[in-house]
Amino acid sequence: MIESIDPGQVNWARAQFALTAMYHWIFVPLTLGLSVLCAFFETLYVRTGNIEWKQLAKFWMSLFAVNFAIGVATGIILEFEFGTNWSNYSWMVGDIFGTPLAIEGILAFFLEATFFAVMFFGWDRFSKRMHLFSTWMVALGSNLSALWILIANGWMQNPIGMRFNPDTARFEMLDLWAVVSSRIAISHFTHATSSGFLLASLFVTAVSSWFLLKGRHQIFARRSITVAATFGLLSAMFVAFTGDEHAYITVRTQPMKLAAMEGLYKGKKPTGLIAFGVVNPDKQAGDAGDPFITKIEVPGMLSLLANRKLGTFVAGIDDLVWGNSEHDIVGVDQKIRYGRQAVTSLADFKQARKAGDASSAEAALTKFNQNQEFLGYGYLKKPSDAVPPVSLIFYSFRVMAGLGTFFIMLFALFLIQSARNKLPANRWLLRIGVISVFLGYIAQQAGWIVTEVGRQPWAIQGLLPVSVARSNLDSGTVAVTFFIFLALFVVMLIAEIKIMVKQISLGPEVSKS
Amino acid sequence: MIRNFMNFYTEGFRNMRLGRALWKIILLKILFIFLVLKLFFFPDVLKVSYDNDLDRAEHVLRRLTQIDGTVDHTALLPTAK
Repeated sequence: MIESIDPGQVNWARAQFALTAMYHWIFVPLTLGLSVLCAFFETLYVRTGNIEWKQLAKFWMSLFAVNFAIGVATGIILEFEFGTNWSNYSWMVGDIFGTPLAIEGILAFFLEATFFAVMFFGWDRFSKRMHLFSTWMVALGSNLSALWILIANGWMQNPIGMRFNPDTARFEMLDLWAVVSSRIAISHFTHATSSGFLLASLFVTAVSSWFLLKGRHQIFARRSITVAATFGLLSAMFVAFTGDEHAYITVRTQPMKLAAMEGLYKGKKPTGLIAFGVVNPDKQAGDAGDPFITKIEVPGMLSLLANRKLGTFVAGIDDLVWGNSEHDIVGVDQKIRYGRQAVTSLADFKQARKAGDASSAEAALTKFNQNQEFLGYGYLKKPSDAVPPVSLIFYSFRVMAGLGTFFIMLFALFLIQSARNKLPANRWLLRIGVISVFLGYIAQQAGWIVTEVGRQPWAIQGLLPVSVARSNLDSGTVAVTFFIFLALFVVMLIAEIKIMVKQISLGPEVSKS
Repeated sequence: MIRNFMNFYTEGFRNMRLGRALWKIILLKILFIFLVLKLFFFPDVLKVSYDNDLDRAEHVLRRLTQIDGTVDHTALLPTAK
């Protein structure tokens, strides 16, 4: 049977999933952030009674609605892909994902469906406070939806609170709280949602900057910028803080990902942080080549960020692949042996169960349990298969972190100019403000590339590689749907941009749900 | 109360401007996703191929107990070691 598996299928399935997830993530962060900003604008209206804040809130809500409408249901396609392209994986994680995704569905449905209508239809039908409460509930519902999805993702990055059932071939939830409170899941959530707040702030700043450049809606635009730049600055600083925390957790749960982020092949102490570098494309794990063609390194900084302590050791790719006895690191080469033992024991267990030999089944299960945590390594062909694509992760990380730093400075500049009442005169800053929203989207996508490409080859960290998680389909079928999606997503994106631009051009006076 | 509730939604939808276009997009998209993509391109492979969970588990276990080829431990051995 294994001979009939098409090896190209896994790459098409990965490409299709990446395309869908990246498209989906164009809309999600703006929904997360803009819902909170709308609620904030409306709060200002309710507190001050100033009708201009109401007008402002309604305008941004109309853009929120456009983004929500185009983005809604794109996540469903990801679920279809699980069942079709990743059927083994879907079967194995059904019990784990069932709970968070069911909670997400119920929460999203009740919170968003109920309060969405009040938010858009209820301006003249409900009291100010009830309407404001509904707007905040929509913001809360959107962000809570993200929480459950990111908990599921966090489990894949760090599978805890479960056990593998060798009879059903499924991971079963043992401890929901352990899954929900996983440090990596919480860190994912705080980092992703705050980056959504940042993107929404960039969006509001960009549209308002465009109004100022065109000489339209001056007061409206300046007010919007003041709120968005304040919210954006706080969000950008929080994103940096949660990013640092995320890296600290990554060192402990996915050290290979961190080594790839830094292009670090040989661990040392102290370890420097590469502020700028050009990766040597010919460098392979284990060879003596230099990882970089050129680089600027901040001495000792990676030790400090990774371990909160100067002068400490940070493991490199070679240490993780071939082990490092001095630092008690078990290499992938050794883990493959344990993994193969787990696979063999599982096969023995299955055989004994079929033969009705209870004692042999028990012995095989005991052996399997001893090596279970290395199960996924048993399917790797060579130790270096555990190394993700270093260049892509290294550059993506720097794009994300570099832009994150730039956004802090940008929001600070906008706030200073706004406080000095000099925004309309600073046309260069306004132009940068317009362009920066696109940089925000690039930073978002780069961040997910680091997270998802960085955990390759794993569908579930250490337990299930993508090559085993996939379905046994031919690559042609997946390639066809890949191109259907590409066409569909391009059409929908053009539709969104057109409607969004039209709605922005209409301006705040005529915005109506 | 039910009447008020119904009125709230019907009047809300009737008074929409931008919302009408957005609802059309949402409905078209959902129809395409469920009636075209799901029906013709995205079957649940294990559900379609097997009648019961026992057979599905057997299929996944069969894959889990297969090892693709032998391990090449010498591949890319670290030259520095």
